[in-house]
Amino acid sequence: MKSAKKFKLSNMSDTNLLLTITIVVFFLMYIGAMLFQGKGFLKAQTFFNILNANAALIITACGMSLVMITGGIDISVGGVAALVSMCCAVYLDYHGGNVFGAVLIALGIGLAFGIVQGLLVAYLDIQPFIVSLAGMFFARGMTTIVNTAPFNVANEAFIAVKETRVTVPGFGSYNKLGKYVPAYVEIGVIVALLVVILLFCMLRYMKVGRNFYAVGGNSQSALMLGINVRRTRFLSHLICSLLAGVGGFVYFMHVGSGSASHAMGMEMNAIASSIIGGTMLTGGVGNIIGTFFGVLSLSTIQNIVSSAGLDQAWWTGITIAAMLCIFLVVQSVVMARKKKALG
Amino acid sequence: MSSETKIQTRKVKGGSIFRNQIFIPVAALLLLALFNLIADPSFYKITLGYNSTGDPVLSGYLMTILDYGSELAILAIGMTLVTAASGGQDISVGAAIAIAGSVILRVLCGHDSRPETLQAPIIVAFLVACVVAMLFGAFNGALVAYFKIQPMVATLILFTAGRSIAAWINNNELPIISDPSFAIYGGFIPGIPIPTPFFIAMICVVITMLALKFTNLGLYTQAVGINESSSKLNGLNPAFIKFLSFVLLGLCVAVAGLIKVSRLSSINYSVIAKDIEMDAILAVALGGNSLGGGKFNMLASILGAYVIQFLTTTLYKFNVQSDALPAYKAVVVIALVVMSTPKAREFMSKIGKKLKPAERSVA
Repeated sequence: MKSAKKFKLSNMSDTNLLLTITIVVFFLMYIGAMLFQGKGFLKAQTFFNILNANAALIITACGMSLVMITGGIDISVGGVAALVSMCCAVYLDYHGGNVFGAVLIALGIGLAFGIVQGLLVAYLDIQPFIVSLAGMFFARGMTTIVNTAPFNVANEAFIAVKETRVTVPGFGSYNKLGKYVPAYVEIGVIVALLVVILLFCMLRYMKVGRNFYAVGGNSQSALMLGINVRRTRFLSHLICSLLAGVGGFVYFMHVGSGSASHAMGMEMNAIASSIIGGTMLTGGVGNIIGTFFGVLSLSTIQNIVSSAGLDQAWWTGITIAAMLCIFLVVQSVVMARKKKALG
Repeated sequence: MSSETKIQTRKVKGGSIFRNQIFIPVAALLLLALFNLIADPSFYKITLGYNSTGDPVLSGYLMTILDYGSELAILAIGMTLVTAASGGQDISVGAAIAIAGSVILRVLCGHDSRPETLQAPIIVAFLVACVVAMLFGAFNGALVAYFKIQPMVATLILFTAGRSIAAWINNNELPIISDPSFAIYGGFIPGIPIPTPFFIAMICVVITMLALKFTNLGLYTQAVGINESSSKLNGLNPAFIKFLSFVLLGLCVAVAGLIKVSRLSSINYSVIAKDIEMDAILAVALGGNSLGGGKFNMLASILGAYVIQFLTTTLYKFNVQSDALPAYKAVVVIALVVMSTPKAREFMSKIGKKLKPAERSVA
């Protein structure tokens, strides 16, 4: 009988333990916000707005988790997202492109970064941090080279796509005049949810997905089990950069402009949400659902901070860093205790 | 350092000069120098002029390199130690410089953001900044050494929060110091036409070299970097050595911060020392030091820092926008790192072997 099994911390797998912490923290935080700040957080649309604003972050954070599960890291995602938005903006406005072509550009840029970084990390054994640090600077520099000045896209077809709202039935609210306002999400959110589901299924039910955990947990044993470690590493970086491309396009759809300062610090937020979501930096432990909740926790905190009147820019940076620091230390302590418990 | 020199001499005896570590930055420097000589010899022109206060001042691209390369060299000293001990890099140095600079201005200005006179002696402000920067270094070091978090990820925390903290220290105001005695640290000492940062860097280098020569700092750092557990078995305390390397980097950051704010006599929180972490890491890599920790050569790192500034200045001269600079540097980093991988070295030594018989037949 399953339910008879005694509930003990040390019985839980690392993944589930960290995931539980994250989900509990998120719900506590959101309920706390509802109780103490009221109004805004009681509306369903507030929640959907968090999703709308963070769809791109969800996508990139999922890719980041995948790389981190495999034991690497990729800090070029923000730069890639900025490059994608700038290239798409230039293509749509100055070269009379269509939306489909822009999507292809986004995927192409992501793929190119993924292949180069993946090759350098997996087949030449260079530290992923160095490779992606260079990737980040390269992408940011290239964004300026493509176009210096930030500008808004005026392409009609694109704006039509950008403005598309998907209404969510049953979550609307009545405004002051008593008129019913339906709740909505943007297309990006649907893409993000699809990415989350796909990656979750891949990591849980497919052989490739299990390989990521094996390589991240112990690459030596993975090698002995006959897993192609290099190819798995390569694949993780490829998927991460590809998702950074997709995330860049979703970001572009949300803001509708190209600028070299876009997605500044996105890599940081993606790493922070992955860590908050229970992905271990040492590899082998992590969960896409956790990452999803990690992004939600992070953006809820930001919302709380800004609606509490601490709207100065520095508070956001400090709160994220503090949260990241706490979770990192918690992870480190939890793992040290588990190790001790196991002997 | 004594063990270091032994290794060095053995290396030189055993092989050609190509095997010597300092060869890499020297070769890069010569390459850049040659490129500039061919492209435009006016790069090397140095003129003696007079600045606004009527003191003699040397100016020219070479002076710019000496000036701006110096703060990088100071950072490279700390970064080399951190890299050697922990096998990772500190990416928060730019943000930490912002904090140190902000602290200096805060102490000098007191409550007024535009004081007529300095509210405290400069040395006091500098010492306070040293303490603060070392505290932040200690924070990074504690995360790395005692909580066993990867250095780059641990320093990511300060990387995000640093500039915000710097702005918070001064209530987001932009203090301006009008006292000319503060400007000499990033400018010129009256009567001496060579930029002051160069002298400050030289003092730091000499102190570091003496410390490496007369203490076991270098030996212990390398031992921890090469094999943590065996250094522990030999009675070292690896966690403390790592911690110490981050604290020392904090000290270097404070010195660099003094130069940076002195240069402007003010501060811009989001722009000051932007992307300098990249340059500092690049300097260590260009010095031929392994980014995975272990053995290091301090002089090569310092030389590497000046080479990086040479590259930056060359790019500026060819009208590359400052925002586009990282793209070019990223290419250099990747090229360097790829060249230093075992596979690439194997490949190169194969080519070298093929060339050797040819040389003999010629002789």
